[in-house]
Amino acid sequence: MSFINNLKNAIGRKATPDPFVSDLTSALSKDRVRFDATQRFLHSHDASVFDEGNAGPVCFPTSTQEVQEIMKIAKTHGRSIVARGAGTGLAGGAIPLGAPAVIAMTKMNKILEVDIDNRIAWVEPGVINLDLSSHLGVDGYHFAPDPSSQQVCTIGGNVANNSGGPHCLAYGVTDAHVLALEVVLPDGEVAVIGGLDPEPLGLDLRGAFIGSEGTMGITTKIAVRITKNPPAVGTLLLSFSSMRAAAQTVSAVIAAGIVPAAMEVMDQRITKAVESFVGAGYPTDAAAVLLVEVEGLTDGVAIEASRIRDIGFEQGATGIRVAESDHERELLWKGRKTAFGAIAQIAPDYYLHDTVVPRSSLADVLEKVDEVAEKYGLIVMNVFHAGDGNLHPLLLFDVREEGMLEKVHAAGAEIMKISLEAGGVLSGEHGIGIEKQAYMNQLFSDDDLDHQNRLRYAFDPDCRSNPGKVLPSGHSCADIQALKKVPEGIWG
Amino acid sequence: MGVSDNAKADPVLSNFAHEVGPSQPIAIEGKRTRWNLNGSLESGAKVLPAPSGIVEYKPEEMIVTVRAGTTVQDLNSHLASHQQRTSLPDRGGTVGGAIAVGHNDLHHLGRGPVRDAVLQLRYISSEGRVITCGGPVVKNVTGFNLHKLMVGSYGTLGLIAEATLRTNPIPSEQTWVKTTIDPKLILSILLRPSAVLWDGTATWVHLEGYLADVDAQKTALRKYGTLHEEDSAPELPACRWSLPPADLFNLDSLNIGRFVASIGVGTVWAEHPQPIRTPDKGKQLIEKRMKQQFDPENRLNPGRLVGNWT
Repeated sequence: MSFINNLKNAIGRKATPDPFVSDLTSALSKDRVRFDATQRFLHSHDASVFDEGNAGPVCFPTSTQEVQEIMKIAKTHGRSIVARGAGTGLAGGAIPLGAPAVIAMTKMNKILEVDIDNRIAWVEPGVINLDLSSHLGVDGYHFAPDPSSQQVCTIGGNVANNSGGPHCLAYGVTDAHVLALEVVLPDGEVAVIGGLDPEPLGLDLRGAFIGSEGTMGITTKIAVRITKNPPAVGTLLLSFSSMRAAAQTVSAVIAAGIVPAAMEVMDQRITKAVESFVGAGYPTDAAAVLLVEVEGLTDGVAIEASRIRDIGFEQGATGIRVAESDHERELLWKGRKTAFGAIAQIAPDYYLHDTVVPRSSLADVLEKVDEVAEKYGLIVMNVFHAGDGNLHPLLLFDVREEGMLEKVHAAGAEIMKISLEAGGVLSGEHGIGIEKQAYMNQLFSDDDLDHQNRLRYAFDPDCRSNPGKVLPSGHSCADIQALKKVPEGIWG
Repeated sequence: MGVSDNAKADPVLSNFAHEVGPSQPIAIEGKRTRWNLNGSLESGAKVLPAPSGIVEYKPEEMIVTVRAGTTVQDLNSHLASHQQRTSLPDRGGTVGGAIAVGHNDLHHLGRGPVRDAVLQLRYISSEGRVITCGGPVVKNVTGFNLHKLMVGSYGTLGLIAEATLRTNPIPSEQTWVKTTIDPKLILSILLRPSAVLWDGTATWVHLEGYLADVDAQKTALRKYGTLHEEDSAPELPACRWSLPPADLFNLDSLNIGRFVASIGVGTVWAEHPQPIRTPDKGKQLIEKRMKQQFDPENRLNPGRLVGNWT
């Protein structure tokens, strides 16, 4: 309800005229620079729980040249900008702080060129992840990163977050599938970073830019590596009477020298919710299930599937089912990929965490996560990329209960601490955004963060591109300046 | 205090940082296998070797942490005890050298580039401080990808002291075959060959995996031509080119001489050197600022020109 009330309040407010808007409107067109309260409100949020966004004018460019124009106008006015794809981020990375211009890239959504012979496609940033794979499917190829939001998230957003997904276990995350980027820098200059050749001239600015969460500029064209579809796929569903046994199986598979395409774990609570939603035949009496997919050539797939069965039984699997058809496989994956939607059956709100731990620590860390949830009186559910050690504890709550959000944040902080103590990191695929900035100095030293800030300065010396994100404020003073640039009272 | 502050307490790293110090031109040397690439080191620079040795190997995690001065050969020998390897090229040099240069292995097509193998780096900054970037796990988006920037930077932004690398299982079967089948056709037939090398006439294909899969791939190829088993890759000419893979079939128009091209990748080993490539102006601007940020006094590997920042 708070969202609806906030929206009503926002619609009721009128923004004071801002010369920044008139310059933007001249450069684009009136219908592609929106500054009404509704548009500003809608673009002040992403898929995270954070509510402090405050969008300035919302721009919808259709070309690199228009993005350049916006950047130059923002520079002239000393204003900041925030790029945005589909707004599916969970760490608040696209939430505009300090009323910047929001640059929505959704109208730059063309697949520009596909070169099957050389396994390369050029796309605009607003292309939806799954649309690209669907387009390539005719020729027997796909784009490997497959985040759970792939039906709506954009390739530009994937670049900004270095997105992953279940099948990144074998194929690698977005960084491994991006060859070159055309980027518009915050001063309006265009740079082409990376290249179609294997060892491009100069520094790997491509690698530095990917995952920078919009703090280094905006990508306007992306050259991606496309992946040939494997001729054989084996999908196994293993059931366990304990989460520990499922986690140990994951570790044992890797230790046996097998790197499946995907290894995903779901606990009993989430499995029950998913099963009532998709009816895929998930065993609702199992304490945990492990979904494993192996891909490749026919014989290798059969060998690895057999070895994984053996390992599963050695680790105490109570049942192992092999998908017998594409339909059965798709149904199992539908369950996994729509798991978060199924949670609405249990609680009105959830907070999805994202940390990574060494795979061999999974079982111990999950038990500690359970203890944290118990301590705060929260329900925890686990559905995660086990093969990468990428945990996704879901803390379920009802935001209407007083003090509940504070409890959820406190539990989240403890989960991060546990992950770091196990030798892990703060985020495996959601990014830092505004969610985990304050925890960065629990992983990195002041000197480390200072060097990350230097990297950012080289792309954006004025810190006007998505200010106030990723690095703790003490390490990015110019961000604070950028956030103060909005004239008083204009975009309240 | 962050977890990575522990690195400063590591006596090997702190001693190395002390040797590097905060002033005076300084360079790091491995085995000097690629010492003369990208300009010559300015005379008068102090030259130091990086520390060496395996710090920690977790075969069950497929991760190894190694000091930069360790040779790639020693590293791979160590990993082979658990039937694992890295994708770093072994040309007689060190791990730090392979990362600093960033040249990919002959098997780039199947095993991926060097940059994908690097999970975490520890380097000594131009101020003589130990810096940690990346993370010690296989998946990580915590903060900016500083470790990616360091790959191929020739030690001009920081001196690499230690690397945490992804390892991979060594397949049970590996074989080279030679054929005259069109290399484009080969690439379209095979799923994931680890290398397809073409000298303009013959093609060498490296297949690896389970024996039955390797045999099936050979059977698939034999429908289009004869295969000859080979012991190794062809001899590679000395000069290295980097081209878009689509350009590999127009090499006749270039002054390249005898060549071996990596199909689907774009690396070409050629008789003649690649002409100087034209840098992108926008990229040059960022590189110049990058050097100013990381090494404003140009004391790290002076004389190496990676980013055209002069």
